[in-house]
Amino acid sequence: MLKVEALQSGYGSIQALHGIDMEVARGEIVALVGANGAGKTTLLMTICGNPRASAGRVLLEGEDITRLPTHHIIRRGLAHCPEGRRIFPRMSVLENLQMGAAATAPAHFGQDLERVLDLFPRLKERLTQRGGTLSGGEQQMLAIGRALMSRPKVLLLDEPSLGLAPLVVRHIFEIIAAINRDQGVTIFLVEQNAYHALKLAHRGYVMVNGKIALGGTGADLLANPEIRAHYLDGGAS
Amino acid sequence: MEYFLQQLINGLTLGAIYGLIAIGYTMVYGIIGMINFAHGEIYMLGAFISLIAFLAATTIGGTSVPIALLITLFATMILTSLWGWTVERVAYRPLRGAPRLAPLISAIGVSIVLQNFSQLAQGARVKPLPPVFHGGITLMEGNDFTVSLNWLQMVIMALTLVLMAGFTWVITRTSLGRAQRACEQDMKMASLLGVDVDRIVSATFVMGAMLASVAGLMVTLYYGVIDFYIGFLAGIKAFTAAVLGGIGSLPGAMLGGLLIGLIEAFWSGYFSIEYKDVATFGVLVMVLLFRPTGLLGRPDVEKI
Repeated sequence: MLKVEALQSGYGSIQALHGIDMEVARGEIVALVGANGAGKTTLLMTICGNPRASAGRVLLEGEDITRLPTHHIIRRGLAHCPEGRRIFPRMSVLENLQMGAAATAPAHFGQDLERVLDLFPRLKERLTQRGGTLSGGEQQMLAIGRALMSRPKVLLLDEPSLGLAPLVVRHIFEIIAAINRDQGVTIFLVEQNAYHALKLAHRGYVMVNGKIALGGTGADLLANPEIRAHYLDGGAS
Repeated sequence: MEYFLQQLINGLTLGAIYGLIAIGYTMVYGIIGMINFAHGEIYMLGAFISLIAFLAATTIGGTSVPIALLITLFATMILTSLWGWTVERVAYRPLRGAPRLAPLISAIGVSIVLQNFSQLAQGARVKPLPPVFHGGITLMEGNDFTVSLNWLQMVIMALTLVLMAGFTWVITRTSLGRAQRACEQDMKMASLLGVDVDRIVSATFVMGAMLASVAGLMVTLYYGVIDFYIGFLAGIKAFTAAVLGGIGSLPGAMLGGLLIGLIEAFWSGYFSIEYKDVATFGVLVMVLLFRPTGLLGRPDVEKI
């Protein structure tokens, strides 16, 4: 579904990705874990064409999307729920969701809205409220809901647990699992919260200093003593 | 009292014109964080285009002034917005992502180019247009002073109201306006939602140029003389209006425009006409010193 081959990228003269190879198959949840500054967010952003890859390829359903402008990549069925949520603070919840559907046909807007609001009943109560006044957890729900409005084939999630209370994190992860299970959306998840992410994912990758250091099923990675030492026993719950 | 009322009318008329130009500054600033110093020149081009279009329309189309004016209005809006689009495409878009100073210098360059182009193409002498509207209504008759509201002033205020209402509708109710507001708040995120950011920026320049061109048309009719240099002062004043209202705020630009118009009219009426520009720019200095966010500039209430 989504395939990355020998991808290199960076900001200016600083190279952040040193040849990444990875793949997400249709219907899978794949988690990418790694320390701060390993290049996880850069990988997701490079898949979306911002920053541009300096070498290598990104394939979506077998088609090369490496050189396409960001909005074309998104229109091909990728949705990105970025780090820090980035909802539009001075727009209402409804308008934020409408923006999520910006690149799709307006005909099925009502249906999509209903689907998202069923998933996040909390947002339904707050449709007219400004995005910036929502709590962190609600903002995360809105960010995921907004991404789903475009009917994506692949959903990229960057640190959905960032800054949220443990109970809220659990709720968000349950919803991510439901999106994958019930709506058949392929999910590529980037997380520092390695325990939750690997438990949820079918497969996972570990990123170290801009390279993929390890790959395997979520359970295998969770059992790996090295990963336990580096990413789990430290802080994750 | 009569004198006050007359100045109020004059000020509102002038303010409507400044407000229309100010919107272009504030929109562009909101969306790409840049002061488009060539915007005054776009207004000047609008004035020239309207003069040419009006003369052409009356020459070809006969004597019906309302129809000629309508043709002029549409021709001016379309042709001037083409200029606005071109300026962005040629001088600003290649500099997207460059340090902030680069597009600013580019804007000053465009401003000089457009001024000189008009001077060469149209000549440096002032261009007159004989009055098109005659008469008006007398609102009040005092002992030695009559308050009148002429037809042109009414047309200016009515047209401004219609444009502002239409413009507000586009920004708040349409998907284009929503995308513009999204780009203003987080451009990168908008592109991650499939919004073609370049197209939205283009649309912003086109809308700004359209409104400024109408201001150009109004000034041509109101004062009856234009020259290649009118864009500079009007541009700086409209910029002052945008700052006074709170740069980036659309209602602020409208309000700021009206206030600058009123300040200028009252200063000219009660103090001295020679110092009216000093009064306006005094306001700019005061705002920057004491309330840099402007009247309607927003202190953000956001959770991080």
